[in-house]
Amino acid sequence: MKNRIIFLMAAVALILASCGGGGSQAGKQKQVSLSAAGATFPQPFYNLAFKKYNEAGGPLINYGGIGSGGGIKSLRDQIVDFAATDAYLSDAELAEMPGEVVHIPTCIGAVVIAYNLPGVTELKLTPELLEGIFLGNIKMWNDPKILAVNPGLIVPDMEITVVYRSDGSGTTYIFSDYMSKVSPVWSSQLGTGKALNWPAGIGAKGNPGVAGTLSQTQGSIGYIGFEYAFAQKIQMARLMNSAGFYIEPTLDSFSAAAASEMPADTRVMITNSPNPAAYPITSFTWIILYRDLAYGNHTREAAEATVNTVKWLTGEEAQAIATSVHYASLPQNAALQAATLLKGITYNGEPILK
Amino acid sequence: MSGDRITKALLFVSSLTILILGAGIVLSLFGGALPAFREFGLKFIISPAWNPTTGSEEYGALSFIAGTIITSILALIICIPMAFSTSLFIAEYFNGTRTSSILRSLVDLLAGIPSIVYGFWGFYALRPLLVATGLTDQGFGVFTASLVLAIMIVPYATSLSAEIISMVPAELKEAAYSLGATRREVIFSVVIPSARSGIIASFILALGRALGETMAVTMLIGNANVIPKGLFAPGNTMASVIANQFGEASGLKLSALIAVGLLLFLITALVNALGKLIIKRFA
Repeated sequence: MKNRIIFLMAAVALILASCGGGGSQAGKQKQVSLSAAGATFPQPFYNLAFKKYNEAGGPLINYGGIGSGGGIKSLRDQIVDFAATDAYLSDAELAEMPGEVVHIPTCIGAVVIAYNLPGVTELKLTPELLEGIFLGNIKMWNDPKILAVNPGLIVPDMEITVVYRSDGSGTTYIFSDYMSKVSPVWSSQLGTGKALNWPAGIGAKGNPGVAGTLSQTQGSIGYIGFEYAFAQKIQMARLMNSAGFYIEPTLDSFSAAAASEMPADTRVMITNSPNPAAYPITSFTWIILYRDLAYGNHTREAAEATVNTVKWLTGEEAQAIATSVHYASLPQNAALQAATLLKGITYNGEPILK
Repeated sequence: MSGDRITKALLFVSSLTILILGAGIVLSLFGGALPAFREFGLKFIISPAWNPTTGSEEYGALSFIAGTIITSILALIICIPMAFSTSLFIAEYFNGTRTSSILRSLVDLLAGIPSIVYGFWGFYALRPLLVATGLTDQGFGVFTASLVLAIMIVPYATSLSAEIISMVPAELKEAAYSLGATRREVIFSVVIPSARSGIIASFILALGRALGETMAVTMLIGNANVIPKGLFAPGNTMASVIANQFGEASGLKLSALIAVGLLLFLITALVNALGKLIIKRFA
């Protein structure tokens, strides 16, 4: 009996203590929390950026990396404050949304061709070779076609194991968008999409899954977000771009891809850039949100926090964070356009940013 | 109200909740699957096409049904000798000894290991081993997945079989001994025949588990949406394709995945019902 009373007292004391702690924190500053969901491709950047923003007094942002498609769906169901996608919404998708949706580019990412070949640290690939390998027509690493592009390359007599994404993915979308541009065979056989009907190889889930499979499987080749290959130290191939140069994946060569003109709504794919210095498989990644943020039970505070967060994300401080995790920062014209678009965001018709 | 009635009401409500939940799951699966069945009809079950590209969308579940059944049956075949001999060892040959009780707890421990850990082990330990044998170039495929599945279902088959073997009446065995039968003869002509239906049922229930296993299979089967071309070729199972593609799916694809889920539910229910029927009929 005595024990029980002591236990009860301890429990009450604990509850009181925790209430007190919560109360004093709430007194300091009313914290707004936002929820967002979408692409995993820029997730390393967003996770870090949102954490730093929160530490600097910004809202607490819960970002769920559920994939671009899931993000779009969440925004359509109006259960998130904003969403993230690697593939911009098509006109049909935009028409399906309950309100007007704005795309804000946040950084440039690249999809690299990573491989695991014992003893090989330099590999050059052309669009023709990519088509042959990923469609399963080039089956061996010592195929004469590969050796013709890579004179002097010593490769083992080994089967090529293609690794692709088994889940629907923005990364697949970017890669297949590029392949459809450079290969008519690809365009008619596989097309462009977040998931494809792969004729050869094995699937792995998520960018981390593909990276893990590549690093554990000799003779494998696959496409992944640059950051993931970089972090796992997987070899990356140099790709021949539209000008005929073999380009190494670097932040500079990604930025070069974005130098071209941008449409007003920023919906543009920048793969296969005509810039001779550009790495060919690059893409913007976007935050999407409603043009008018007064929907459902969305408060004005949440709307302001949303716009301020996205504005900060496209600003200098956050762009430096992007570079630190191997995404190329927005070029000036894209950043300016993002700012203009953000000024057009309203709450009940009233502009949020002054 | 008396305590008895409160208990009764509580029990009634909780079992009713289970019923309602079960019915709700079937109903929502059915509702979600309807668009896919309406679009493809019976072809959904007999077509191996799985093309998610917008414009030429076409879904069929045959590759996954094949993958699920091949891996599960293969796992069962690999599992039978292991589970059967272990259960005989535990429940008959060394029944009551220290060795047997240690072995029994080890087998139960196997059942408690999460699926993902089996997947890891398969990915990092088993796969390189298979590559080293030269049978396969990259180690992903139907055989690797089945091997890990077999190990995962061994504990279920073993503990149930052992339970049933130890339930064989001692008089029967003693009668056989008194007629001069050796231990081996007792096991093969008395114990196994009288426990047969229970042993079969335990393997059918283990098969039911293999059918729905997801994580470890996803990590090892190669996730290629085709009917497996061979023992070491990649394929995919029903549970695994759902886990892989659910996140980004919408529209017709989402409906097709739910339909795959419904089919898996039906297959698993059928297998479990078969197991229960056999237990009821013979036990």
